Amino acid sequence: MNVTKNIKETAKKLLADKKVDLVVGFAQGSLPLRSTPYFARTPEEAENLIWSATCENNLANFVRKRPEKVAVIAKGCDVRAIVGLIKEGQINKDNLTIIGVPCVGMVDRKQICELVGCKDILEVTDTGTELVLKGKDFEKTVAKADILFGSCKTCQYNTPVLFDELIGEAVPAREADYADIEAFEAMSAEERNAFIAKEMEKCIRCYACRQACPMCYCTECFVDCGAPAWIGKSAASVDDNALFQAVRVFHLAGRCVDCGACERACPMGIKLSLLNRKMVKDVKELFGAEAGVSLEDPPALNTFQFQDKEDFLL
Amino acid sequence: MIINKSEVANLLSKLACEYRVIAPVGKNGLVEFAVLKNGEEPRLDYINTKKPGKEILFPQSEELFNYTVDAEGVRMQDNVDPQATVVFGMRPCDVKSLVLLDNVFKNDQYEDVYYLTRRNNTLIVGLGCNEPAATCFCSSIACGPFSKEGSDIFLTDIGEAYVVEGISEKGKELLAKLGLAEASEAAKAAAAKRQQEVKADATVNIEGLSAKLGGMFEHPFWDRLHEKCLGCGACTYLCPTCHCFDIADEATDCNGCRVRNWDACMFPLFTMHGSGHNPRPGGKARWRQRLLHKFNYFVDRYNATACVGCGRCIKNCPVNLDIRQALADVRALD
Repeated sequence: MNVTKNIKETAKKLLADKKVDLVVGFAQGSLPLRSTPYFARTPEEAENLIWSATCENNLANFVRKRPEKVAVIAKGCDVRAIVGLIKEGQINKDNLTIIGVPCVGMVDRKQICELVGCKDILEVTDTGTELVLKGKDFEKTVAKADILFGSCKTCQYNTPVLFDELIGEAVPAREADYADIEAFEAMSAEERNAFIAKEMEKCIRCYACRQACPMCYCTECFVDCGAPAWIGKSAASVDDNALFQAVRVFHLAGRCVDCGACERACPMGIKLSLLNRKMVKDVKELFGAEAGVSLEDPPALNTFQFQDKEDFLL
Repeated sequence: MIINKSEVANLLSKLACEYRVIAPVGKNGLVEFAVLKNGEEPRLDYINTKKPGKEILFPQSEELFNYTVDAEGVRMQDNVDPQATVVFGMRPCDVKSLVLLDNVFKNDQYEDVYYLTRRNNTLIVGLGCNEPAATCFCSSIACGPFSKEGSDIFLTDIGEAYVVEGISEKGKELLAKLGLAEASEAAKAAAAKRQQEVKADATVNIEGLSAKLGGMFEHPFWDRLHEKCLGCGACTYLCPTCHCFDIADEATDCNGCRVRNWDACMFPLFTMHGSGHNPRPGGKARWRQRLLHKFNYFVDRYNATACVGCGRCIKNCPVNLDIRQALADVRALD
């Protein structure tokens, strides 16, 4: 099935029939291995929509608090965020049409860059299961499955949990895999501290992680508050950088949909999802809860049940 | 003059006796400018450092002064940094960005002692680019992979060696002390060939753009340009010419310091008034500001475009909002 073709047709029809005012999806980006969020308002513009292994952004960001009727081309993690946002009163489901697209994972530009010694990639051909990367003086073929984002390799919700229409074949769910977090947990406190400090040393406080996160939508983030200044504003302080991430993780407890958008957005290549996934794993173990997988589940931290574990209380 | 690549480490050790030597080094998987440690070799095969060269003169976070309050009053200590410094191996785009920043930190209204003290005590050794990246468009914007503007000394990589040219008086004086060998005619010819032949993308046309943008403040173009922007600061922080900052006092009890931090016009807080009113309330106004500041206001004020075509904003934007495309779209408007 040609997913791109079907997306175009579906979007064109929705716009032509005036069912929606806007379709949010992806268009071809300006660089190889890049797609870019795209906003189609006419059937002609819908012709620019595409689907590929580079549609890495979480589009839930762009459908929050929209006044108009919107359709969104959404993969599994986008839909988890949308479900979370509907439950938090940020999206009116009546005004949103979800065009779900099952997703086997998006390819990670940073891993690909390392594979070719970070030389310029000038042309990429997608053969289905492989990418052929061409540069000025090299050509390399890589299996897509080997270069997926970490969050895609462990994704259990490849097929959207909620949709009005599904384009493409449903993808079977993977088994839960927290090997990365277990390895992190197995480290000593000193080792974990050293690891986090090394990562946070890279932070430039551009807040791309926060802005890319569909669930980070506070009108005023605590880091921006000047009175009281909860946190130092200087990026030179590794402790403050770590504090920013720590508070972000706590604020996302039971809300993080494990999409990895934060880590993908980070220009400095900080391994951010490790912290978030640790919280995701804890919430799952402690409360049996996962964010954004059902409209009915009560939010993990807004409910109390007698069987809730309390052994972490002092 | 000429220096073999194998002799660069020796040269830098020699320079380190008299100067703080800053050069690109590999760190945490990225290439960044750092003070060279004893015996550390610079990474001179890089395309662009992750963070721009501006951070050497205008650090992301800079403690301007420290203060202590006691019974006798307030004591202040200014943190002006006068250390003689050589920056070795900076790309022409980053060097050019410093020339542009000079306008901001030294003009008829203001002279910034912190920036200027560093600037006046820093000597820049520029390094031409034999292989500009696909995202580089310096050849479009009054710069280029072998632009020597702003360099005190300029290096051209001819394979086994760098051909070394003294550009400014300051650079020539230093070279006279270093006693490097004269370059052969063949080496000079090889360098000249590189300088002439290597070009980055020259297709971004900015001719007449400033005047056009100047009349576009109310144009509907801005309604959609920003739509996919997430509102982060990756483009501005990694831009070598963006220079906006915020000042914060960081204090505990009676001790504190005044810190200058990079700030970004992409953040709502940047323009938030004390009253709660925000004159740039959304992405539309912020992106308009970004483009107009670089390609219109700066041109009006300093007769130069505040972009050097390094491509960092293109490489690092999380949503691929490509400034080259934005400029082409402006050009295509009636």
